[in-house]
Amino acid sequence: MALNTYTAGPDERGHFGPYGGRYVSETLMPLILEVEAEYRKAVKDPAFLAEMDELLRQYVGRPSPLYFAERLTEHLGGAKIYLKREDLNHTGAHKINHAIGQILLARRMGKTRIIAETGAGQHGVATATVCARFGMECEVFMGAVDIERQKPNVFRMNLMGAKVHPVTSGSSTLKDAMNEALRDWVTNVHNTFYLIGTVAGPHPYPMMVRDFQSVIGREAREQCLAQEGRLPDTLVACVGGGSNAIGLFHPFLDDPDVEAVAVEASGFGLDTDKTAASIAGGSPGVLHGNRTYLLQTGEGQIEEAHSISAGLDYPGIGPEHVWLHEQGRVTYASATDDEAVAAFKLLSEVEGIIPALETAHALAHVQTLAPTLPKDHIIVVNLSGRGDKDIFTVADALGADL
Amino acid sequence: MSRLTDRFITLKAEGRAAFIPFITGGDPDYATSLDILKGLPDAGADIIELGMPFSDPSADGPAIDQASQRAIKAGGGLTKTLDMVTEFRAGDSTTPIVLMGYFNPLLRYGIDAFCAAAAKAGVDGLIIVDLPPEEDAELKGPLEKAGLHLIRLATPTSNGERLARIAKGASGFLYYVAVAGITGQKSAEASDIGAAVARIRAVTDIPVAVGFGIKTPEAAAGVARVADAAVVGSAIVGEIAARLDENGTPRLNLAQEVLDFVASLAKGVKGARA
Repeated sequence: MALNTYTAGPDERGHFGPYGGRYVSETLMPLILEVEAEYRKAVKDPAFLAEMDELLRQYVGRPSPLYFAERLTEHLGGAKIYLKREDLNHTGAHKINHAIGQILLARRMGKTRIIAETGAGQHGVATATVCARFGMECEVFMGAVDIERQKPNVFRMNLMGAKVHPVTSGSSTLKDAMNEALRDWVTNVHNTFYLIGTVAGPHPYPMMVRDFQSVIGREAREQCLAQEGRLPDTLVACVGGGSNAIGLFHPFLDDPDVEAVAVEASGFGLDTDKTAASIAGGSPGVLHGNRTYLLQTGEGQIEEAHSISAGLDYPGIGPEHVWLHEQGRVTYASATDDEAVAAFKLLSEVEGIIPALETAHALAHVQTLAPTLPKDHIIVVNLSGRGDKDIFTVADALGADL
Repeated sequence: MSRLTDRFITLKAEGRAAFIPFITGGDPDYATSLDILKGLPDAGADIIELGMPFSDPSADGPAIDQASQRAIKAGGGLTKTLDMVTEFRAGDSTTPIVLMGYFNPLLRYGIDAFCAAAAKAGVDGLIIVDLPPEEDAELKGPLEKAGLHLIRLATPTSNGERLARIAKGASGFLYYVAVAGITGQKSAEASDIGAAVARIRAVTDIPVAVGFGIKTPEAAAGVARVADAAVVGSAIVGEIAARLDENGTPRLNLAQEVLDFVASLAKGVKGARA
């Protein structure tokens, strides 16, 4: 049965249905409560909102265009495709949206030291950027494997004064970086703010990061109304933790005629054990402060995820997505490594836009979806990031020698 | 009366604190871990804290993290940890055992099923580090039904109001985490621990155990002077790690040597108030 609203969550304890919550050690609990209390005050403070808007406009470069991808539309021969150009933001991805919001909150709370985890490095770069802008100490935890495949972003972070800690525990990727960040936070709880890079973690993070990212959907809604005179029919976004997807979808969730499709990374394929698709292949569990779907063994040990894209290489997903999935409001599809690389090439060739490998998963879905739809069907794809950081990975996948 | 309550009453009559050593179940392998577990009471353990291996122990430092990884690699997990307790109970019906771990494996096992299985195996209580009072309601009922204690944690960041709330729902004993941080790293000053224990005693009569950063017999003795129990984990687990060869195979006398170290810690606790 359809609900009256899909935007009322979470409840006061941070739950989206049974998901979300605050599964953290007691040492962190008082701080988590303080973050929430301060966040609720901040979003009612006109000065806080005005400063955030000004930074989004002058520093990030918002609003980002809603670009009609004419050649891609022609090439696929079906639905009309628009790209929400988050790749044109300062730092080249949507991550800066929540980094600005969180750093303003950290400063408001009197914190002087910022920590973050990062997978692809986009969130790490966004965090290092806002820390440089606000003169805060910045330490980023990054899996040793990811450091290897995202060297340019590591250098960017270093340039902006951030310290990047290689994480070698577990599978040396995003989930392990998040464990390390939590370990640091619990040790430096008095002066440190954890700037989380997705709509996961303990409440209020999934709500707070979603709110900061919802600027994407609010803009897309206005732009689509202005450019097409109506709302889009289908929204498509890639989903790892799920920040860009929820950012685009949330302002449309109560429009029953707008369909939303999130695309998970299925790695080598859903029928293999090399995947990162938690909705398709996961089960309910608790990790990193929230209850959600996880890739795990029968004994409840977390499994290593796999995706060619470092930013989607995580064995969980934000709790609100799981709730939206169970409610049937958002459809969760998937794309493999190979499909993503093919879409990466296609957009580069027909539009002159090199997308992030994460984003390429959304485009891969559009590649199969658009040709099946009529020409007056409007698809809005969240072009969540640019792909310059991925050229080495893609060259490797294509057998090219750089 | 429970084993745990009985033990604290007996120790109180003797005028000394409890010594609680910690090992991870199945580290470095089932047989070696069981040998150590069985030897702990003779080495001076008054209560045993047994870790349930988890792949992502984000509140633990490298020593206990690696112990978990070793145990999982050797086939360890919740089921094997309970098997260890069952085998231990065949020879010891009085030493209380509390399990320490993270919520996810329990959730996967099924809360009701796990509580029943743990009680049957002879477990006395559970410490779940990522389940603060805000989230532990769903575990509390099934634990009580199974006759197990929910052992809650208090930390240096738990302020007065929270402390009262934590103490209200705690049972068995209250575990005071002596430092804001992860296991096996920083150590708290003895005077800070004393002050914290006094703060807790002002709101509850339940025994107070102190852990985190206690690495030597002297430090354990210091805690035993002010608290009802001293917990040592990472230092013991580190002794296990130090006796593995490069392939992770235990050296010949690993269990006995680790138990000798445990005995030295126990001696510290037992002589503390002499």
